[in-house]
Amino acid sequence: MRLERKDLLGLRDISREEIQLILDTALPMKDIILRDIKKAPTLRGKALATVFYENSTRTRTSFEIAGKYLSADTVNLQVTSSSVQKGESLRDTIKTIEMMGFDVIAMRHSMSGTPQYVARNTNMRVINAGDGANEHPTQALLDMFTILEHKKTLDDLKVAIVGDILHSRVARSNIYGLSKYGCEVRVVGPSTLIPPEIERLGVKTYYNLDQAFKGVDVINVLRIQRERQQSALFPSLDEYADLYMVSSDRLQSAKDDVLVLHPGPMNRGIEVSSELADSSSMLVNEQVTNGVAVRMAILFLMMGGSRGEVAN
Amino acid sequence: MKLLIKNGHLLDPISKIDRQMDILIENGCIQELGEKLEIEDAIQIDASGKIVCPGFIDLHVHLREPGFEYKEDIASGTRAAAAGGFTTVCCMPNTDPVIDNAAVANFVRERALLSGVIHVLPIGCITRQQEGELLSPMAELVAAGCVGVSDDGKPVMNARIMRNALDYAKMFPLPVMVHCEDENLSWEGQMHEGYYSTLYGLRGIPTLAEETMIARDLMLAEYTGAHLHICHVSTAGSVQLIRAAKQKGVAVTCEVTPHHLTLTDEIVGDYDPDTKVNPPLRSQKHLDALLEGLQDGTIDCIATDHAPHHWEDKDCEYNMAAFGISGLETAVAVLMDRLVRSGKLELAELVRFFTSAPARILGLAPPVLAAGAAADLTIIDPDIEKKVDPKNFYSKGKNNPYKGMHLKGWPWMTIVDGEIIAHDGKIQV
Amino acid sequence: MELRDKKLLMDDVAINRAITRIAHEIIERNKGVDNLALIGIRRRGGPLAQRLAKRIEEIEGVKVPVGILDITLYRDDLTTLAEQPLVHRTEVFFDVNDKVIVLVDDVIYTGRTIRAAMDAIIDLGRPARIQLAVLIDRGHRELPIKADFVGKNVPTSRSESILVLLNEIDGCERVVIQEKTT
Repeated sequence: MRLERKDLLGLRDISREEIQLILDTALPMKDIILRDIKKAPTLRGKALATVFYENSTRTRTSFEIAGKYLSADTVNLQVTSSSVQKGESLRDTIKTIEMMGFDVIAMRHSMSGTPQYVARNTNMRVINAGDGANEHPTQALLDMFTILEHKKTLDDLKVAIVGDILHSRVARSNIYGLSKYGCEVRVVGPSTLIPPEIERLGVKTYYNLDQAFKGVDVINVLRIQRERQQSALFPSLDEYADLYMVSSDRLQSAKDDVLVLHPGPMNRGIEVSSELADSSSMLVNEQVTNGVAVRMAILFLMMGGSRGEVAN
Repeated sequence: MKLLIKNGHLLDPISKIDRQMDILIENGCIQELGEKLEIEDAIQIDASGKIVCPGFIDLHVHLREPGFEYKEDIASGTRAAAAGGFTTVCCMPNTDPVIDNAAVANFVRERALLSGVIHVLPIGCITRQQEGELLSPMAELVAAGCVGVSDDGKPVMNARIMRNALDYAKMFPLPVMVHCEDENLSWEGQMHEGYYSTLYGLRGIPTLAEETMIARDLMLAEYTGAHLHICHVSTAGSVQLIRAAKQKGVAVTCEVTPHHLTLTDEIVGDYDPDTKVNPPLRSQKHLDALLEGLQDGTIDCIATDHAPHHWEDKDCEYNMAAFGISGLETAVAVLMDRLVRSGKLELAELVRFFTSAPARILGLAPPVLAAGAAADLTIIDPDIEKKVDPKNFYSKGKNNPYKGMHLKGWPWMTIVDGEIIAHDGKIQV
Repeated sequence: MELRDKKLLMDDVAINRAITRIAHEIIERNKGVDNLALIGIRRRGGPLAQRLAKRIEEIEGVKVPVGILDITLYRDDLTTLAEQPLVHRTEVFFDVNDKVIVLVDDVIYTGRTIRAAMDAIIDLGRPARIQLAVLIDRGHRELPIKADFVGKNVPTSRSESILVLLNEIDGCERVVIQEKTT
């Protein structure tokens, strides 16, 4: 069994079976990370390029080390957002990478849909490492893997996603992924940061944290970007924290064994209180390890074995 | 040279002809309409099964010359128009330099005579450099042949300037053709704000951005009494505002594009930049309202807003792509296939929206099928089915979201001043 | 092309006898079972390793650690397989360093599986020694690998295949030789 697709661009159009395959494969991968000799030879002779048009040392490093643990050659291509504005077109950049012989690229871009554009224009397999406000499938998969490890199932859980839903690719990918397991997904945040008609994605919308947390199994706290304040989407980080900072005493209405996730890095004292950040409910550090495991699984499923037999 | 078009079904909303007749053309004019005309020395054209109409006018196209000849020029743009069934187009002034003085307007008209194949009527700017600050010399522009003023592509954000422009334009009178968009509301938007912008994670352009500006301009038009023409209406709210204004007697006209009538925001789906246009493709609710507006007379005419771009401006990240659709060569076929064939729009109405309606807006004599009238004719084959292939466009702009679709009902022949310019999608001159 | 059962090689009694004999040989060769551990290669090496451990315990009164090895990530034939195999966990929950590891599998053929398994074990640590126990040796080695303990040597042709069925996995117990028919 393998992923029946050339690229992994998002969770919106992927089947539950494919998600489950990735999660099942991530478990043995995690064992590799935890042992002394963190290396398996399976992707020997395969090459992964990380191409990040938006800074994210964490995600990029996670992809790179995931590839290295499986013996792929991984290279970080130095690109910056400013190089989009001038000089070489993305099309030319991608062609150059392809001609160097890379098998897979993991791509981060500030503009939604760019990995889709790249995937259409290359024979390389493309993994979306986050595009604009669209999707961040590997983040959602590692979130799901983390939930699965603790809850033993993903079926029919109640999950609240807190914060800037409007601009969040993490929120969208989580909504698409969790919905396939029958989860009740709630989004909560200031009304200016809830996108229009999001209920049509099957989620419930809340503006009040305590109502949103009632009976939830999992809370996924999104990182708040300071720029949103400049766009007049909310008055101040202080007011945001007053209304939406997740802390231990705001978990009262949630289930006793509620899990708190955060994609990192955390803004302590803004979207999450410092004491909760250091508590046992907060799984941010486990998520980092699981991120490597999930990415190893995806790289194996996409690169392991023969190339080109999956229809584009 | 005499040209005899035989057996065609004549359809002209002005002269109210709706039956099979023959047309004799000589010296660039229609000489005679009649049944079973036999003229020995005329070139005969068998138009059996075809619809013969007065020449179509598109009052909103971008020909890009001067300045952006890599996107389009007057030679290619007028050929695209002719292939698409148009005999007259009005070109928008957002060229480089912009058409805000007689020299550029004259240049465009001279280029049209030299390299164009159909009639080209320039539209001048509302404000100098389209900067929204100083009025362009409208008397000079009228003298140089401009038929309207527009800062199309850009709204005049300053209400005082807009008020003055309307006040000033009414004495010629010139239609003030406005692109209604509050740029603070549409800020960085890439597509219609709604379910699909949420789904695709693209910044939305709310209907409000168009509607608040239309509301403002309608009030200014009412106050000044000037002729306001609203370009590319795209929302249900806009239709409602214009309907109410017309009931109050405001001198407002407006146009809608074929793409806003037939495509929804759902097709942005795989981030194909050819679906990126401003105003954006809206949801079904808005499409329905636009069609209703056409049917009840709120919307006066159809125009393409033909906006050709170089492929590099469209083969890129969605956010980086230019707004616009190269629509001249598919407009008639899209409307025939999607609206006329399905019974949503009478064919006679379609003809009116492309002939007498735009002529009235521009203050021109309407094109008619009558002896003595200029022989500008658009002949449509309602039965032919073709696949849209932008590679075959005469336009340099291949940016067309209908690519690959099969459409039924295409322009068959375009005749300008008695000369066959296009036949079966091929330019003949 | 189909596979047709050609001959029954071992029944449940024969399999049981072979395991008992191999258990004795392992004890004898290693002069006891101190420092010994068994690692079965997924899938059918797993239950065989468990059975050997049980038999050794019955003989020696000592519980020998047993692990299961998943070698998918170490295979050299992934590119030639139409279907990508599922990766499972390697369940070796003891320290392999300085242990005598007896690798257990059902059939040895080309030797490539064993090569992969040895690489996988060495990525877990540095055993003192690795020995190999198999139920069937069918020949046709492509690598310089030899089994230390063999249940039964079966000369085969390449067009034949060996099918080992075990109760734990297959719900029945026998070894058959199959032949390709066209």
